Amino acid sequence: MSSIFTASIFMSALELGCIYALVALALFISFTILNIADLTTDGCFTLGCAVGAMVSLAGHPFLALIAAMVSGVCAGFVTAFLQTRLGVESILAGIIVNTGLYTINIAVMGFSSIANLFGCDTVFSLGKDTIGASFIGDWYKVVIVIAILLVIALLLWWFLGTTLGMSIRATGDNADMVKSSSINPTLTITVGLCIANSLTGLSGALIAQYQKSADINIGTGMVTIALASLIIGQTLIGNKGSIPRRILGTILGSILYRFIVAIALRLSVPAEALKLVSAIIVAVAIATPYVKRKLSLKKREFANYRGSARKEGV
Amino acid sequence: MLKLDNISKTFNPGTVNEKVALKNLSLDLADGDFATIVGSNGAGKSTMFNAIAGTFIVDEGNIYLDGEDITFKKEYVRSQDIGHLFQDPLKGTAPHMTIEENMALAYLRASHSTGKLFSRISAKDKAKFREQLSLLGMGLEDRMKQPVGLLSGGQRQALTLLMATFVTPKLLLLDEHTAALDPATAEKVLELTKSIVKERGITCLMVTHNMHQALEVGNRTLMMNAGNIVFDTSGEERAHLTVADLLDRFKIKAGEDLDNDRVLLS
Repeated sequence: MSSIFTASIFMSALELGCIYALVALALFISFTILNIADLTTDGCFTLGCAVGAMVSLAGHPFLALIAAMVSGVCAGFVTAFLQTRLGVESILAGIIVNTGLYTINIAVMGFSSIANLFGCDTVFSLGKDTIGASFIGDWYKVVIVIAILLVIALLLWWFLGTTLGMSIRATGDNADMVKSSSINPTLTITVGLCIANSLTGLSGALIAQYQKSADINIGTGMVTIALASLIIGQTLIGNKGSIPRRILGTILGSILYRFIVAIALRLSVPAEALKLVSAIIVAVAIATPYVKRKLSLKKREFANYRGSARKEGV
Repeated sequence: MLKLDNISKTFNPGTVNEKVALKNLSLDLADGDFATIVGSNGAGKSTMFNAIAGTFIVDEGNIYLDGEDITFKKEYVRSQDIGHLFQDPLKGTAPHMTIEENMALAYLRASHSTGKLFSRISAKDKAKFREQLSLLGMGLEDRMKQPVGLLSGGQRQALTLLMATFVTPKLLLLDEHTAALDPATAEKVLELTKSIVKERGITCLMVTHNMHQALEVGNRTLMMNAGNIVFDTSGEERAHLTVADLLDRFKIKAGEDLDNDRVLLS
């Protein structure tokens, strides 16, 4: 049997892992740091995808990425506005925006559920013509996505150490303390969600350019997949630790998730089953620490029972 | 400095759980006053603090701080001038952030106006934090990179006190801030409080359940019952009061014994 991994599978898993790592980082901000379950993610990913595709079709592949980020900021802002100014529960706010985005996404794609990017310039096609022609060769896509991810990760690391970034972290850590430190929680939640969703939008646009297509259902289940990556990363690196370490863990988690998917596909698991697999990964990963605690307690209880039984000479 | 003008607050109005927490309460606190507050459970001590800090907006009346009407100001705006410590030492710090990061957030209150939202902790800041932490005498200055969650309750409360007074507040609210600590640590935190308040001349309100402390600490003693201040003493009169006198006064004013399972007479 030949090896499970060919170079091209390895490469595409790495590429996808780096692109989807942006969504995982978005959830790292909203879910881990701000302690908010932001369900805007699915719709926002499609929004980034749609906006990215349309602007690329108009002939601006780089502007497409920025436009997608801006659209993500808008989606995040609406979610934040609903929960901080209008008193909508955070989960509900995300669901509402997610639902509304469906119509917006269709509208962005010109009331069509699919947009095709064949033949139009993307950052990847431009990369192929420039750096792809050098010694890098087929690895040009990997280089592009890693470069983008690196810039984002460094910016995020820098930002989370600034006063505003620290205020956002404190908002998720101890809301009481934030108010009494003269920090406006409305501001920190809004900024946090805007940044998170801008990363989701960027990821969507990159996927649109990578796959040369955008479709209305591309974001379905994205929040679960990103959560799976986040949790795999936390299991690898540990939930605690410094910010750069946790950012790195999130990225590694996303890449590892894509490798798991690639292996599954190699083993002829049907592509349709992948969403179920990621749902199971998330459920198992979140449940494991809890079950472990319960089990160790049961073990002690059982040992205690046996011990007392022995004393009584049964 | 602080003026409460006939403030009232009713929780859950119009329901079976209706609770009149503050009733036409008025208080005038002079600049540099350090008043202790005693009273039964449910007398409205914490509610008064929360009203001043802005956790909720009072139903009636006005609150003035340093001559400025702050009745409708938001909590995070007021906190620029008001430090608030709670009984729970976990409330005042972010457990997953390091000591220096927590201090940097407290320091925000000073640098708010200059708009330093995108600055990181500088070496100068660190030196300042280190110097402040060393005043606590708890060795925290050598643990600045550790998350606050690793500290003991007493250390966290001392840190919170430091953070609340880092930028001298106009008013400091201490809501039984030593009650959850062991006696030795409580003593230490109280000593620290007294020295900081005295040194900076901070106007301060402190809730306590220790009757002795209520008469010893500060320059004024307030007694609360059923959402109002029933007894207010300072100066010569206060100097001659004993704990027994205080309990007697309460009985006269409130028409009942000081009903509090946590009152300490020693």
